[in-house]
Amino acid sequence: MSAHDSIELAAARPDFAAIAAWIPDGASVLDLGCGDGSLLRYLKETRNVRGYGVEISDENIVKCIRNGVNVIQGDLESGLSGFESNAFDYVLLSQTLQATRHTEALVQEMLRVGREGIVSFPNFGYWKNRLNVLFGNMPVSRELPYQWYDTPNVHLCTLHDFEDFCRDLRVEILGRHVMTGRSDVHLLPNLRGSTAVYRFKRRE
Amino acid sequence: MLPCYELVYETYGTLNADKSNAILICHALSGNHHVAGHYADDPKNAGWWDNMIGPGKPIDTNKFFVIGLNNLGGCHGSTGPSSIDPQTGKPYGASFPVVTVDDWVESQARLADLLGIDTFAAVVGGSLGGMQAMQWSLSFPERVRHVLVIAAAPHLSAENIAFNDVARNAILTDPDFHGGNFYGHGVVPTRGLRLARMLGHITYLSDDAMADKFGRSLRSGKLGYNYDIEFEIESYLRYQGDKFAAYFDANTYLLMTKALDYFDPARACDDNLDKAFAAARADYLVVSFTTDWRFSPERSREIVSALLHNRRNVSYAEITSTHGHDSFLMQHEHYHEVMRAYLDRIAKGVAA
Repeated sequence: MSAHDSIELAAARPDFAAIAAWIPDGASVLDLGCGDGSLLRYLKETRNVRGYGVEISDENIVKCIRNGVNVIQGDLESGLSGFESNAFDYVLLSQTLQATRHTEALVQEMLRVGREGIVSFPNFGYWKNRLNVLFGNMPVSRELPYQWYDTPNVHLCTLHDFEDFCRDLRVEILGRHVMTGRSDVHLLPNLRGSTAVYRFKRRE
Repeated sequence: MLPCYELVYETYGTLNADKSNAILICHALSGNHHVAGHYADDPKNAGWWDNMIGPGKPIDTNKFFVIGLNNLGGCHGSTGPSSIDPQTGKPYGASFPVVTVDDWVESQARLADLLGIDTFAAVVGGSLGGMQAMQWSLSFPERVRHVLVIAAAPHLSAENIAFNDVARNAILTDPDFHGGNFYGHGVVPTRGLRLARMLGHITYLSDDAMADKFGRSLRSGKLGYNYDIEFEIESYLRYQGDKFAAYFDANTYLLMTKALDYFDPARACDDNLDKAFAAARADYLVVSFTTDWRFSPERSREIVSALLHNRRNVSYAEITSTHGHDSFLMQHEHYHEVMRAYLDRIAKGVAA
């Protein structure tokens, strides 16, 4: 991938750059639900990571291989038993948390396999989403591109929900990055941010 | 010990100037050196992996120099039990030594030396061939850049060995076997060989595939209440058994199943597969098939797990297919896409 591609990718997926900003050069990374491998490829290009992806879809397996990244076909919902404890510096879950069924177990598995976890997800508390519901419809947007009947998103949450969830799971949040499009959001993030990225670890 | 041996091989495509585009194809139990294409005087005899290897195919002979060989101990032209022992002037028969996957890899490396190939771009194999591909990266870590392990396992399970033993017993107890020296008696242990093949063949298919293809169909449309061939599956299996027994050597069959049983790279490392792969330097593609119960996806995941432990580059694809273990030989769009994608990546590395 050329540097030009990396810049394009970062523009298309602002959460990629936010995730990369937390990952030091040469780190080992496991990307859960890695899709076509774009994020891993981006991290390989910009951070020289040693990375593996886990992906369930046949189509994406081929795309990952074409993207030159390691991919292991498997179902996140059946756990990460194929991975040893503390095998990775970072375990990523990019725009997938909300589509997992056993979310709690998965976050715990992330912190078994990795030293730290990083997740990004669409903030359901974003004002436009709230407005949609207020006016009587489920939101459909760039971050939430599905209709209520065909969405894979079964566990949508707000920033507050996620932070409560971490507290209950004894997970320590190390960093938070909230965005709307490409702009960072600092003021009233649970209302004004459309996407959130969190970095966390097990509480000692 | 063999005083000397010959290996028969075929090559496809052109070896590039720096000899970096060579791919070795390792065959499974009944395979041979004729992996792709057909001979001018025998257009019907296509290579056993012709859907995978050839110009424009996933293993593209326009890009790669592909080598297929018949393993030592085989019966398709390489020195094997049916070959003449120069010391006695008679076929080796029972005196042919048992060979292992390690021996095969060793002999394949000598073939590579002879062809001036220092490092293979890839070593590829399915089933027993996948075991050889794996062993390559352990025996000669510096001589193979990519290893493609398809429908294989890090070692056979007790159930696998049991199937092999029943097959061997069919041959060993055939009165025409003569302790392996049947050549001098002018007979072939056909009954044993066909039983062995029939049993093996059942294990290469899946319940679903058999149900789809044969179900409970009857040859004559009605039940005969006797012991003749009645169900289509019986007819099919006997046909397969007869076909196989007509060309395959019984001693080679025994030897191949033993090589399968013995393969276990973890054995020398306290049964720790992680340790066994510590020496590996290659990148890997591991492929399994959902209905393969002889070499199930779980077994492939054991390989993947050991590779992850050793921080090797590895990708793993679990192909949804109804054809059981035989899937690795079948034309299957997604499987071939996975192979093509990975081989294109190798080709880029060769060109760079």
